[in-house]
Amino acid sequence: MTAHPDRSILAARNKSLKSVFMRWEFLLLGLFLAINIMNAVISPYYLNAGNLFTAINSFLVKGFIAMPMAYLLVLGDIDLSVGSTVALSATLLGVSYNAGVPMGLAILIALLCGTMCGLLNGLILTRFTELAPMIVTLGTMTLYRGISEMILGSQSTGSFHNVSWFYQIYYARLGPVPYLFFFFCLLALAFGFVLHKTIFGRQLFAIGSNRLTAKYSGVPVQRHRLICYTLMGLVCGMSGVFYSSWMGTVRFDIATGYELEAISVAVLGGISTSGGKGTFPGAIISIFIIGLLGYGLGLINVNSQTILMIIGLILIAVVMAPNLKTRRKPGIKTS
Amino acid sequence: MRKLTALILALMMVAGLAAVAQAADLSGQTYAIITKSAGNPYNEREASGFEEVIKAAGANVIVKHPAQITAEAQITLINELVAQKVTGIAVAGNDFDALETALKAAMAAGIKVVSLDSAVNPASRLTHINQAGVVEVAQALVDAAYDLMGGEGEWAILSATATASNQNAWIAAMQELLKDEKYAKLNLVEIAYGDDIYQTSVDETQALLQNYPNLKLINAPTTVGIAAASKVITDNELQGKVIVTGLGLPSEMAEFMGQGSVACPYMFLWNPIDVGRTAAYALLEMVNGELTGALGESFTAANGVTYIVTEAGDKGTEIIIGPPFEFNADNIEDWKTVY
Repeated sequence: MTAHPDRSILAARNKSLKSVFMRWEFLLLGLFLAINIMNAVISPYYLNAGNLFTAINSFLVKGFIAMPMAYLLVLGDIDLSVGSTVALSATLLGVSYNAGVPMGLAILIALLCGTMCGLLNGLILTRFTELAPMIVTLGTMTLYRGISEMILGSQSTGSFHNVSWFYQIYYARLGPVPYLFFFFCLLALAFGFVLHKTIFGRQLFAIGSNRLTAKYSGVPVQRHRLICYTLMGLVCGMSGVFYSSWMGTVRFDIATGYELEAISVAVLGGISTSGGKGTFPGAIISIFIIGLLGYGLGLINVNSQTILMIIGLILIAVVMAPNLKTRRKPGIKTS
Repeated sequence: MRKLTALILALMMVAGLAAVAQAADLSGQTYAIITKSAGNPYNEREASGFEEVIKAAGANVIVKHPAQITAEAQITLINELVAQKVTGIAVAGNDFDALETALKAAMAAGIKVVSLDSAVNPASRLTHINQAGVVEVAQALVDAAYDLMGGEGEWAILSATATASNQNAWIAAMQELLKDEKYAKLNLVEIAYGDDIYQTSVDETQALLQNYPNLKLINAPTTVGIAAASKVITDNELQGKVIVTGLGLPSEMAEFMGQGSVACPYMFLWNPIDVGRTAAYALLEMVNGELTGALGESFTAANGVTYIVTEAGDKGTEIIIGPPFEFNADNIEDWKTVY
């Protein structure tokens, strides 16, 4: 298979990873700065720390989901059920709280619910490896949402803000900076470290590059996939808790579209949906690129639909850019 | 002499201009309206009425449509408006409670907040602009069903989203009225949700027709739903067999109404432009007048109408514009060009 030593898959990949994606993050960082400068120029209200962090906090709730989503994409996997998992976790939190369960315990229930949802996705996909993750999680997406709708119907469940410490989870700030932002940074560092500096992380890339090769090299492919799906669920449960603390009330139809936003930022960050490629910092920067671009355009009252279009166009343009430069090496992907 | 006359005239003009400028210098004020969603004709008419009044008063106006029909998308818009330090916000809420923290922050920043069309909870607003009392609307809809079905048979409600507070209030009030002995033979078989999306509403209508072959009437208290249901009935040539009524826009419903065998013999609505206008008058009065939105207050707006702040069903206050208006074969031609 590797007749030409310089065309060995790993060597080529390492080289392209280093040279292209170091520059890729640099480009994203430049885009991030450009957007901030543009926002500050077009709106006199942009550079106000308090308001800026109000906006940032609101997109961090879904931003958390992008972290484990990055892992799944690196694996060559995907999870479309994340928005529904957030909704179901938040629903259980609300229902248990309003049934008299102490808020601390209700949070644990939500986290457990998220973890279970992720575990179920993982179990189905690792037991029946021939199934496509996109189809299975499309199924659980409607399943989890459906359970949430069965529980709540058209009603909302709320009054969470009566518990003041729970309200503080989302709203408490150190100066202008929300604690949620610090937590986000810490978690991002941890996720980035694990992906890029541990054996586990390297193995995720190996699985995403070529699952069969990874398997024959002794990487516990299915175990790692199960871990990542379960982790995804746990983070969704967390996001559900943050959402509840933010809104103070929950309906079954919350968090719709989170899956696509999480996938978008990961892809903008340079993570390939076909697996094995990408770096974590890129995804994190992208959360802020998309979020702040939307906020800046919103400040000059650009129509919301137009903002979505602009973000869509940027996504396509940015994702196309490296593909024009580095044509993919001959097909090496097998499932 | 001629010079003197010219001078006097010129001075008078300057003085006149100055007086006009002084009487209404609201150019530093900005008022915003947040609708429930983009592409909702009813909401767009409300926004146009709001825009018209604010502009006439000489202030700036911002119209914002959320990216999705969710409270979350509306919160994003509210935060943007607070950051811009606008003067007043009118919002048609996608959720009764979820906007509370964002709107409270707006009010804490000195921004006047009213809700219109679909209320937000009393803690989140100074007052609510209500197109018509909940019970009056529910009564009109139930009576229409009773009348059109001849007092008995199966019927269904085709609503908007399951989370719209106005829809839910009307449906709850209708269910309450249906307990009356008079309506005992009206069998409400299902409440379907078309999400205020045309295609979804079409699909839901078709599902209703399939699931309930004896269905006699579809009552859609939403402009998107009633138009979609009427279209399906007309396309399937079921006029007269399954009757459509509810709340609809005359311009969209004219083709399904009128003389002969039509999908919708009559329906109700109020003037959404007036709802937007009233929200604008109320906000202007709150900023430049004495209005606080407290129970029992009243003010006379620039259109000469006196509005009274009354108690709302949710323990907050509201300004009710009037009872729902009936559109039928006799008047639809006149109204379809209005809105």
